[in-house]
Amino acid sequence: MSGTAPSIAIPHAAERAVGESAPVRYLLIAVAAAFLGLFLVLPLAAVLVQAFQRGVAAYWAALCDPDTLAAIRLTLLTAAIAVPLNLVFGVAAAWAIAKFNFRGKSVLITLIDLPFAVSPVISGLIYVLLFGLQGWLGPWLAEHDLKIIFAVPGIVLATMFVTFPLVGRELIPLMQAQGTEEEEAAVVLGAGGWHTFFRVTLPNIRWGLLYGVILCNARAMGEFGAVSVVSGHIRGLTNTMTLHVEILYNEYNFVGAFAVASLLTLLALVTLGVKSLAEWKYQRQLVDKGVAYD
Amino acid sequence: MSIEVQQVSKSFGTFAALRDVSLEINTGELVALLGPSGSGKTTLLRIIAGLETPDRGAILFHGEDATARPVRDRRVGFVFQHYALFRHMTVFENVAFGLRVLPRHRRPSKGEICARVERLLQLVQLDWLSDRYPWQLSGGQRQRVALARALAVEPKILLLDEPFGALDAKVRQELRRWLRRLHAEINVTGVLVTHDQEEALEVADRVVVMNAGRIEQIGTPEDVFHRPASEFVFGFLGDVNVFHGRVEGRKAIFGALELEYPHAPPAEPQAARVFVRPHDWEIDTQPNGSGVEATVAHLNPAGPQVKIDLVVPTGESIQVEITQERYRALRLTVGQRVYLRPRKVKVFVGERA
Repeated sequence: MSGTAPSIAIPHAAERAVGESAPVRYLLIAVAAAFLGLFLVLPLAAVLVQAFQRGVAAYWAALCDPDTLAAIRLTLLTAAIAVPLNLVFGVAAAWAIAKFNFRGKSVLITLIDLPFAVSPVISGLIYVLLFGLQGWLGPWLAEHDLKIIFAVPGIVLATMFVTFPLVGRELIPLMQAQGTEEEEAAVVLGAGGWHTFFRVTLPNIRWGLLYGVILCNARAMGEFGAVSVVSGHIRGLTNTMTLHVEILYNEYNFVGAFAVASLLTLLALVTLGVKSLAEWKYQRQLVDKGVAYD
Repeated sequence: MSIEVQQVSKSFGTFAALRDVSLEINTGELVALLGPSGSGKTTLLRIIAGLETPDRGAILFHGEDATARPVRDRRVGFVFQHYALFRHMTVFENVAFGLRVLPRHRRPSKGEICARVERLLQLVQLDWLSDRYPWQLSGGQRQRVALARALAVEPKILLLDEPFGALDAKVRQELRRWLRRLHAEINVTGVLVTHDQEEALEVADRVVVMNAGRIEQIGTPEDVFHRPASEFVFGFLGDVNVFHGRVEGRKAIFGALELEYPHAPPAEPQAARVFVRPHDWEIDTQPNGSGVEATVAHLNPAGPQVKIDLVVPTGESIQVEITQERYRALRLTVGQRVYLRPRKVKVFVGERA
């Protein structure tokens, strides 16, 4: 725009200098928009349309089904256990890796990434091999009347395994970039370990941490593969939301399946919203850092 | 509080950062650790602070062994090169931090903390910025906040790691003078790490010149500048022209330059080097006996002294500084032939250390 202030006009001019001609630009935008519409907007709309196919009352009734409610409760419970634990593990691992030097550090980093490298189905299978009736610890568990596989503990364990890297991976680069000088300053000033962590380290990583927790939560609630292997699909008992969607769909209960799916979709949208906010704050924090330590 | 460093060694992997370093710092003194990067000066400072542990040797505070004392119990003030201010805290909270983390029975009341922080911010002339965040301050202001924060816990020892290294020349000058005054006012034992010889000579009571993990010389700024103990110290403290040659009997021969060798002559010819500072040359347009012949290659009259690059017939170049008056009297031009005579030299005999 030629009418804008010079300070704003400069980036525009720069953009134009490296930009494409108008037809090419519109073509590229159209391709991107078509792709987004086909693969994101349309399926999203389809979920909602299918869910409300028989009206709001049918939708509501599908959600109030006792088995559905049990699935929602189980998913929330799983996330409520897995996310805080992974938060603690992730922060502890990132703190150790970013702030200290020790032998076997690269091994630890590789181990943290392991769940990303392994297929979720395999992760689930590992737990069956460990804790299942035929597994290594199976007989001992059966003797003591402890149920892990085809029960809630198995689902929580599988979810935790799959979502383990998310918090740590988010924090390690951030904490490494921030270095250890502020912590050293705190210790020289007489602060102990807890004081240093809660007053200096934690405030510096809060947005990155929130971002990691949100991702971790979304993945925990949406996990299918690993949970599917260890759950046993017992309705009302070991069915999470994702598994419940599958069961309902296979029974041709489309309204029920899409009603539950719409909840997961809603979760995804909320996650994206909070994530954008956290990212924006996180970026600002990085910018602040850039300004402060140029 | 006095500091004693006793035969301290420290390695990082295969790199020996400190080799058997001993040093005594008296109460109330301001000592500069001066050396190039990798000389071990920062490592020594961090060992005194307790941020690193020495592999061998001991650190004594006031005659008491403090080698194993944890950092937080040493009660030293430490100022980092990149300030290390807590970025999510205001200036006020940064300075108050050391007081707020004191154990309850030693922690001052809220009002007292407030008063003390205010006083410190006045001392560093930043009381009007107490609500700002670090990123809203200039580099010089940040470093003064860092100083106030370090002083808040009333340390007996103040350690400064290249405190003005990241600032521009003008601000650095100002802060140097300000630090000098502050040190006189609050009477702490100070150790300052720097690679800037000018800074060390200007600020410190004593200068410790370090190189490759060892101490080369300890002395007053005057001592180390005018009576350097080694070639390294001579070369590090200011610009210098070095000539390689040999000592034969009563003569020292360095290419075109022949000098009387005043000390006991060695039995047989020995390798030697002569060091001449740029301002220790006499320059003349007429041949003057033993002078070295050279051609003016470049002139820089901008500054208190005129800097001249000269080339001798063998191709070596020599840096010379003369006064503006002398420059005007000589009426030098580029390409002109001149004759040089060193006024003051230092000859180091033997193989290079």
